[in-house]
Amino acid sequence: MNNSEPIIQVKNLVAKYSEKTILDDISVDINRGEITVILGSSGCGKTTLMKNILQLQRPASGQIKVFGYDLTQIDEMDYQAIIRRIGVLFQNGALLNSVDIFDNISIPIEQHTKLPKEIIKKIIEVKLHLVNLSHAIYLNPSELSGGMRKRAALARAIALDPDILFCDEPSAGLDPLTSASLDELIINLKKQLNMTVVVVTHELASIHRIADKIIFLDSGKLLFYGSLKEAKKSGIEQIDTFFKVGSF
Amino acid sequence: MKKVHENSENLFVENKKILLKGDIDKFTVPLLWKQLSQINDLTGIEIIDLKHVTSIDSAGSLFIEEIASTIKDQNNLDLPIDKLYQNVTKDINDTIKVFSQTDVKTYSRKRKDPFFVLVGDLVISFITSLHEIMILASDVFYWAILGIWRKKGARKGSFTQQSLLIGMEAVPIVALLSLIIGLILSLQAAVQLRMFGADIFIADMLGYAMLTEMGAMMTAIIVSGRSGSSIASEIATMKVSEELDALKMMSINPIRYVIVPKFYAMSVCMPLLVILSIIIGILGGVFVAILYLNISATAFYNQLLNVLTLKDLLITMIKSTFFGWSIVIIGSFYGLKVEGGAEGVGKATTYSVVTSIITVIIIDVIFSLLYLP
Ligand SMILES: Nc1ncnc2c1ncn2[C@@H]1O[C@H](COP(=O)(O)OP(=O)(O)OP(=O)(O)O)[C@@H](O)[C@H]1O
Ligand SMILES: [Mg+2]
Repeated sequence: MNNSEPIIQVKNLVAKYSEKTILDDISVDINRGEITVILGSSGCGKTTLMKNILQLQRPASGQIKVFGYDLTQIDEMDYQAIIRRIGVLFQNGALLNSVDIFDNISIPIEQHTKLPKEIIKKIIEVKLHLVNLSHAIYLNPSELSGGMRKRAALARAIALDPDILFCDEPSAGLDPLTSASLDELIINLKKQLNMTVVVVTHELASIHRIADKIIFLDSGKLLFYGSLKEAKKSGIEQIDTFFKVGSF
Repeated sequence: MKKVHENSENLFVENKKILLKGDIDKFTVPLLWKQLSQINDLTGIEIIDLKHVTSIDSAGSLFIEEIASTIKDQNNLDLPIDKLYQNVTKDINDTIKVFSQTDVKTYSRKRKDPFFVLVGDLVISFITSLHEIMILASDVFYWAILGIWRKKGARKGSFTQQSLLIGMEAVPIVALLSLIIGLILSLQAAVQLRMFGADIFIADMLGYAMLTEMGAMMTAIIVSGRSGSSIASEIATMKVSEELDALKMMSINPIRYVIVPKFYAMSVCMPLLVILSIIIGILGGVFVAILYLNISATAFYNQLLNVLTLKDLLITMIKSTFFGWSIVIIGSFYGLKVEGGAEGVGKATTYSVVTSIITVIIIDVIFSLLYLP
């Protein structure tokens, strides 16, 4: 694939829970090296969109292309190879509760590389340093606060230097300062490592800091896709309200 | 798909320089690490040349930094690490900066305690557990006795609901297992008794065994497995998800609201289940007596009346009530004690089942002493 092609292509995606349609005919392209923010009211299907792209949920119909490969058609081996190049931060962190933070991050590294122990340890220390959580390295997830768990999960998501990073509400439950430092990290990952980032968030401050592109979902439809400036100028009622109500 | 190149030779030493080539990433570093450790003497080297490095990731970046700091150490150089790098492109420099170890704080893992400390901890925690169980038991008894008069603070309908759960739903399994045990015991005995022509004593043997031991024991073990585990996991889940704290903040005593209904239900259901078990176990024996030993049901019945005494029945009832109480209290204890997240719930359940079965057996031993002359 060439580098100008969108890294993620969603075509006519329909997602359902049993009979209820959650996402209706979504088509959107996500560009390489950009931070794309998914917006929309609570329960509108942001997490569902993310899970459908990752094939954690099977789309009812439609096509999902990542790195140019159609994930709905691909075989298991190729799917695994693609997934290894993707990092995911789940909405509730999803750390493995039975092992400490060190092992949470080392497990994917040990499973997928033959790196020596010394380097693995350094990788873990650096990744935790990046999310500002160095001191928690040998604690268990149950000993962390909600926000700390989020950050540890982010460190795990970037353990293997993914090409694409998905974050489901990285800053929910964090104070403005920590939230800002995570945004800075995400911007750094994009700028310096050329990572493509897809973020679900509600925080206006965060959106202003990081968003290159915005996907706005409303009752299962794609209402808008474009840059933040375009979004504000679009004149779409729901988007205007979103930015107005949020900016107190 | 990107192929992994496990390249052969991409680390060279050339007059005072270390030369790196190609992709330095998580797939190539393992081999480079081996090559580096074969060299192992880096004295005299002053430069790491990165001219031919095509790409790099965190593993590569940390690997290069590791070489640099080894060079610094072995040559007693006193300069910032990045002065050692030569011909670094902007991309690679950016990556190295992002993952730089220089201001990373490191922590070391807490060392494992020595063996005797572990054993000591185990003993201490056992003793404190005993103490805590006693406190919990007295709390439960207090609220249970108080609850007989004061209905306020108890959940409506919870006793019925718990009785269905602990009692009714256990009926099929208790009945089935008791029948099988009755059949097995009497079949085994029948063969032996027949040799002595003492066929009729099968009623004595089975009646006595079921009444004094097997009925209560079987039921207690089944109930520990069924209800003890569900009590522990229910309470543990409530604890983990802060439901118990929420109850407290509503000024509702969790022991009264959650545990006491189970305690009542168990106090009633356990003896009833035991009686059921005894009756069905003996019925199993009747089958064997009639079909295998050709003893009539009336003869069996008359013989049975000789051994079954009210005193034994009473002791068994009391014993089974104790069994039931210990199952509730131990289940609740491990449920309340749970720490951490969801994985704590599983542990609590396991501990509760194991401990309550052991406790049931200990209580049984104590009651057996009552039978000694
Ligand atoms: N397992 C499920 N079964 C049935 N319906 C579900 C399930 N999970 C989610 N839904 C429904 O799908 C819709 C979208 O859920 P989703 O989790 O994608 O929302 P979201 O946009 O991520 O919301 P939030 O911002 O609150 O996280 C919701 O209306 C929800 O009721
Ligand atoms: Mg969500």
